[in-house]
Amino acid sequence: MVKSNYIIELTNITKTFPDKVVLDDVSLSVKKGEFLTILGPSGCGKTTLLRLLAGFNSATKGEIKIGGEVMTDTPPHLRPVNTVFQRYALFPNYNVYDNIAFGLKLQKVDKKEIEQRVHRALKMVGMTDYEHRDVQSLSGGQQQRVAIARAIVNRPQVLLLDEPLAALDLKMRKDMQMELKEMHRSLGITFVYVTHDQEEALTLSDTIVVMNEGKIQQIGSPTDIYNEPCNAFVADFIGESNILNATMVRDRLVRFMDKEFECIDEGFGENTPVDVVIRPEDVYIIRNAEAAMFHGKVRSCIFKGVHYEMFVETPDGYEIMIQDYNSFEVGSEVGIMIKPADIHVMHKERTENHVEGKMLDATHVEILGESFECLEHEGIVAGDDVDVAFDFDAVELTDDSEDGISWGTIRFILYKGDRYHLTVRTDENENVYVDTHDVWEDLDEVGIKIAPEALRLTKK
Amino acid sequence: MNSVVKYFSRRRTWSIPYVIFLAIFVVVPLILIMVYAFQSKSGGFSLENFERFINQPEAANTFIYSIGIALITTIICIILGYPAAYILSRIRLSTARVVVMLFILPMWINVLVRTLATVALFDFLRLPLGEGALIFGMVYNFLPFMVYPIYNVMQKMDHSLIEAAEDLGATPRQVFTRVVFPLSMPGVVSGIMMVFMPTISTFAISELLTMNNIKLFGTTIQENINNGMWHYGAALSLIMLIIIGITSLFTDSSSEDGTNEGLL
Repeated sequence: MVKSNYIIELTNITKTFPDKVVLDDVSLSVKKGEFLTILGPSGCGKTTLLRLLAGFNSATKGEIKIGGEVMTDTPPHLRPVNTVFQRYALFPNYNVYDNIAFGLKLQKVDKKEIEQRVHRALKMVGMTDYEHRDVQSLSGGQQQRVAIARAIVNRPQVLLLDEPLAALDLKMRKDMQMELKEMHRSLGITFVYVTHDQEEALTLSDTIVVMNEGKIQQIGSPTDIYNEPCNAFVADFIGESNILNATMVRDRLVRFMDKEFECIDEGFGENTPVDVVIRPEDVYIIRNAEAAMFHGKVRSCIFKGVHYEMFVETPDGYEIMIQDYNSFEVGSEVGIMIKPADIHVMHKERTENHVEGKMLDATHVEILGESFECLEHEGIVAGDDVDVAFDFDAVELTDDSEDGISWGTIRFILYKGDRYHLTVRTDENENVYVDTHDVWEDLDEVGIKIAPEALRLTKK
Repeated sequence: MNSVVKYFSRRRTWSIPYVIFLAIFVVVPLILIMVYAFQSKSGGFSLENFERFINQPEAANTFIYSIGIALITTIICIILGYPAAYILSRIRLSTARVVVMLFILPMWINVLVRTLATVALFDFLRLPLGEGALIFGMVYNFLPFMVYPIYNVMQKMDHSLIEAAEDLGATPRQVFTRVVFPLSMPGVVSGIMMVFMPTISTFAISELLTMNNIKLFGTTIQENINNGMWHYGAALSLIMLIIIGITSLFTDSSSEDGTNEGLL
């Protein structure tokens, strides 16, 4: 048997809680000695994934292998991993020394050796001389250092870190990031790090796993993830970006903002709807509007420390975010250029909404838990199960409480230069995707209305 | 007019009724106990009441016996109450609330009514009244005061501490002995205070459940005062107060983290 060089192998992991699916068929392999970061917004399932690795929760489906052994149902105390908790979780009834020695004492390690190893761990986290202090008298940063020492002193095969720096202030966080990176280098063990902070993930990791809604969106190195995001969610979540609806005319030619641009992407087919991502630092802004690819008016200009962040509006009503070392006056006409290599083309995850429904009568269909009016379709009668498709911009959102409409919460907002692309989660836990020019806020409660003629029904 | 409004809107003003109540019904009686205890029948200062307590074996024996009964009651309450509180703290909060309610429910009924019912129950089952009945009655009456503070502390315990211990290699048993039990001590200490102290001075339960055959210290004090022996009764009360004071000092210092969370 060949020993694999993966220390963690997750295969088809699904985790459901009574009311929702938290992890949906996740597979992931972690290389030995790697610094892997699981990155995603809150509620994306990243912490649950870590808890499955630690053994605090058990997977509904799938297999977990750690160090080549199947550990899907192994209790936490028998796993070769240790965890650093977000809120430290130091034992208040023990002092610093006894907290760190906790694991070693349970393993019945020789007293002298415990002393040596605790000292070394304390030295590693820069907390020598603190061993007899009461843990509750320490600051947040110091408590987290003790928590890290308590985990690494056991020499685990994998160190799990659950947003360990989230409770610290910015300055402390930056210092600790560098120290963690250094610690990873000198210990040589695998780190699995969970965070919602994209900058932290880019700084620390060898590999980043971007998660959303219980699914892995992309796995790659920080540069890959930043430069070649695979979908609009990843592009929006990692760094600043302009995300626009586009059509791939043919290989190396893409059309967006009503203009055609050369690019370097191939293999998307002809006239395929796609998303393009352009990083704001990749957009060139010049004073001579005539010589540029297109022009626009500067709407705002804010100094951000190193660069200026500007929004430029084109005559066709598209808005582009630009970062540049030079500032341009608000209201001035500017020219804009984009290099073909800086236009990143991504597959659209979907081009229209698809939901399942049931015909109530000839002109009413039940979708999203409510009855919606629809046009009569030939061959579809009451009681039929149907697939219902409708365009993103056919959905009208309202905050009026009216009859006959379904309700949902806005879960994700993506700005696409001239419109917002919203993800609305209905009360029945179905997603509806909406293109709108109206400004809504995250977690707004909205009513969903769809015009009868916009619903396209097909019998199943 | 304005100054009257001002006077009545001050927070301190509103505490005056309670301060008066406290002075008349708590402070003055305490002073009276002190005065009476150190007085001879003729009225002068003397230590004769205390000498009598030491020289008369009857009262001293009752005192030691009472402490014994209180200790046994407390220990049984811990043995029964601790696991109950532990289990309660681990089940779903909504379920736990109902069960805790069931524990507290008997407290809504007056202690005498409950004890009389216990007597009736023992009669019905043809069980003899006496020491066993007494301890049963005490445990029955005071168990909720042990369960609740322990449950309270355990329920507030940060669950990630238990996970941290498991993560560091502790078996379920080691998690309990090294983390859960030490951290639940403030609750146990509160429970002891709430059970041990009142059981020393109780007299109604012992009278009813032993047909007046077993005397507890509370009964001794009550008898003396009923029979007009105010000075001796006061001295006995004072001795009991001092003992309770010492136990509460002892329990205070053992929960020095300032966690009084366990108290009702």
